[in-house]
Amino acid sequence: MSTATLSQLATETTWTAVCRLADILPNTGAAALIGRRQVAVVRYRPRQGAETVHALGNFDPFSQAFVIARGIVGDAQGTPMIASPIYKQRFRLADGGCIDDPSVSLPTWPCRVRDGVVEVALAS
Amino acid sequence: MIAQRRLVVIGNGMVGHRFIEEAVARGLHQSWHITVLGEEPRAAYDRVNLSTFFAGKSADDLSLLPSRDYYHQHAIACHLGDKAAAIDRASRIITTAGGRTVLYDRLVLATGSFPFVPPVPGRDAAGCFVYRTLDDLEAIRAWATGRTAAGEARKVGVVVGGGLLGLECANAVKNLGLVTNVVDVAPRLMGIQVDDGGGALLRRKIEALGVKVHLAKVTSELTKRDDGSVAALRFADKSELPTDLVVFSAGIRPRDDLAKSSGLAMGERGGITIDHACRTSDHDVFAIGECALHQNRIYGLVAPGYHMARVAADHLAGVEDPATFSGFDMSTKLKLLGIEVASFGDAHGSAAGCHQLAFSDSRTETYKKLVLSADRKVLLGGILVGDAAAYGQLHQAMLNRIDLGTNPEALILPTIGDAKPAGFGIAALPDSAGICSCHNVSKGAICGAIRSAKLTEVGQIKSSTKAGTGCGSCVPLLKDLLKAELKKTGVEVKNHLCEHFPRSRQELHHVVRVQRIRSFDELITRHGVGTGCEICKPAVASILASTWNDHVLDAEHAGLQDTNDRYLANIQRDGTYSVVPRVPGGEITPDQLLCLGRVAKKFGLYTKITGGQRVDLFGARLEQLPLIWEELLTVGFESGHAYGKALRTVKSCVGSTWCRYGVQDSVGLAITLENRYKGLRSPHKLKSGCSGCARECAEAQSKDFGIIATENGYNLHVCGNGGMKPQHAPLLAADLSQEQVIRYLDRFLMFYIRTADRLERTATWFNKLEGGMDYLRSVVIDDKLALAAELEADMQRIVDTYQDEWRTVVEDPARRARFRAFVNSDAKDESVVMASERGQPRPATWEEKRDRVANLLTV
Repeated sequence: MSTATLSQLATETTWTAVCRLADILPNTGAAALIGRRQVAVVRYRPRQGAETVHALGNFDPFSQAFVIARGIVGDAQGTPMIASPIYKQRFRLADGGCIDDPSVSLPTWPCRVRDGVVEVALAS
Repeated sequence: MIAQRRLVVIGNGMVGHRFIEEAVARGLHQSWHITVLGEEPRAAYDRVNLSTFFAGKSADDLSLLPSRDYYHQHAIACHLGDKAAAIDRASRIITTAGGRTVLYDRLVLATGSFPFVPPVPGRDAAGCFVYRTLDDLEAIRAWATGRTAAGEARKVGVVVGGGLLGLECANAVKNLGLVTNVVDVAPRLMGIQVDDGGGALLRRKIEALGVKVHLAKVTSELTKRDDGSVAALRFADKSELPTDLVVFSAGIRPRDDLAKSSGLAMGERGGITIDHACRTSDHDVFAIGECALHQNRIYGLVAPGYHMARVAADHLAGVEDPATFSGFDMSTKLKLLGIEVASFGDAHGSAAGCHQLAFSDSRTETYKKLVLSADRKVLLGGILVGDAAAYGQLHQAMLNRIDLGTNPEALILPTIGDAKPAGFGIAALPDSAGICSCHNVSKGAICGAIRSAKLTEVGQIKSSTKAGTGCGSCVPLLKDLLKAELKKTGVEVKNHLCEHFPRSRQELHHVVRVQRIRSFDELITRHGVGTGCEICKPAVASILASTWNDHVLDAEHAGLQDTNDRYLANIQRDGTYSVVPRVPGGEITPDQLLCLGRVAKKFGLYTKITGGQRVDLFGARLEQLPLIWEELLTVGFESGHAYGKALRTVKSCVGSTWCRYGVQDSVGLAITLENRYKGLRSPHKLKSGCSGCARECAEAQSKDFGIIATENGYNLHVCGNGGMKPQHAPLLAADLSQEQVIRYLDRFLMFYIRTADRLERTATWFNKLEGGMDYLRSVVIDDKLALAAELEADMQRIVDTYQDEWRTVVEDPARRARFRAFVNSDAKDESVVMASERGQPRPATWEEKRDRVANLLTV
């Protein structure tokens, strides 16, 4: 239950526990505060295959508001995505890239579930 | 107060009316007080299609007014049946035959023309008519269906004039069942438009229809019977043509007597002289249409008149770069007595060195002629008789000087075998090419409308651009443009909800109901693919809510909800929310008002009155929403669903309880309706209004459903719209009891909810509904689909299962827990920063808050 970027991590990666997985409904997001940084934690559950969790920046560059976590989660042609609640641009969960405007992307951080707790690879 | 300037229009024919529409389009009715004077007792009607009056069309069918009260709606005074008798230009006063005096600052003369009656002895005989107005037609009909002094039915009619109007008139006489004759002094029919070859074919075809044609006949006298009625035409060659009725339709003359007596400059043979701006010799007086003389020419067709209306309106409105009148292409395509005739450009080949190509086929009875430039590359004009389908293309080829290539013959020769008909292709036209000359719509404008509004039918092009709604000759071109444009964009008209559901919203609504599907997961498992998206999830959430009415924030529904439904409030640009409690019918108690003020002060909210008679509280943070509602609930407020595609408000006026004019209790009904339909999820938002009398203070006709009280009950209007494309709500049923209003509304609303597309307002839905209001009435009132009981039961279930969404959230810790800014912290969201304006908070702009917020992206 983690994204593929795990392997890229240095050994001293700091994982910050954010919440229990059960605190986030399947196929929704929740905003988490890590230090002063706002992170959109997204729980993606496809109809087939394993559930994944993702951490993206909560700042929507299009509306300049911190709202990404409140977007609708789903897929575009099979690619897991979250759509901004303000103007509906879609961002890939895997790498934060904007499907509707390739010049824009959100930062992402590795994210995993340990013992029912969601952790993000970002130091507080 | 500065007195409003006065604009007077004399004449309410086709061009006079068009001028009013052009004026309204430019907002002149707001800056001028406009008065219309018309001699005829009827408002403007379609004279071009006058002959259809005898084929069964009514005066109402021919009316040109977009709605019966069009003038009234635009505050335009309209005095019909009162002829303007004199203009005193020095004092700018018009006097009418009825004794009315009307002042003006600017004057538009649209007095039109009158039929020319040749000065032959006996033309005053009873049974002689002209063909111009509906009154003329009624007189002709009365005479034709009457009896002679000898008690015999009238059998024979003669039309004097074989031109365009004469043949149109012959059609009318024929429609009356008379043996019809056409007489003309010229040696061929439609001498202006067609040549000898075309004229000969036209004559053969007309005679085949039973109309007798007498050409090169000079009428010297009309003989009378003993009772003074017309007996026969006597010609210069001494021959006679016995008849019971004569209609003169031998051309028109400008109606310029009023202008002449007021001293305006006139042409030598009549007509009010105008310049390129359609101004007469008096700077403050314009003349347009058939009364106007431009460079010594009178234009006897409607299209140039319409153009003059545009020009005059532009100049009156003072627009930048106004249109001008510099002559007009008199090309035309007509259907006379069912025979297609088209004539364009230099039809008679008068240009020096031009070539003519003609093709005539006696079997198919067609005649086609092209006039080509000396190098045969460019089309200068042409004539088509019997089959004018190519008119649109050929006319465009001429106007745009399109290179015809090496084989222009192919344009008129019949195709052999499977060869495709020759043509230059619509793609060859430049964007500036004028497709509809009646309404001055270019190819670029039409293609732009097709693309931007995603049009898929010619009817939509007509309603959105007006192209094709004048003479109709460009409709085939519209079809071609549409086809080409759709092909280009690769649009295949599918109504699938999105990539996840290969079904329309209507189909999904059906399966949800019939298969009793209660969750998105179940629906996508059985009928879709993938995980869903921002399009299908809210749409399905709405379908589920309008069918089963579960709470939208139940665990299995919460993730489906669009932004606003997700937190039961309206998200604003900075990520904060606005809160709108329900105020049924706009009736609110002092305690509730105090509570709103208290809450706004306590939470630092910006307050604004909405258009729907409610109060909007802005700037609430996510975590504040349940706290705010806790307080609002204490004084009886409920969710206003301002966040949902759901019933918003039923706006009302105070009605008979207080108002001197009210005839019913509009507030009471509004509250009843709002409470009945509150919480109802629908394809798009629903707005309503309820007015206590015909003054319509609640603006019910601009709503999705509106009720207007009458002496006898209530009139129910549906499918209106304000907003971007305002549309009046047409009347569904009149003089209903309150019970009937509710029954019809239950059926109407549920029918709409079942069948509309996602995010389709009732007005758009209605415009697409085949059969229009007749069909809607047959479903809602006559129950033609035998659905009424089911629709009513569905609605009753929604009404019975209503819950106040906010009360449920406030009282349920699990749902309430989701109203947190952060899942792991109770800290406030630092990115929300307010500034102050006019004593209230507003979101800080990015510039204002950058220093405080930008580092949140990098910490």
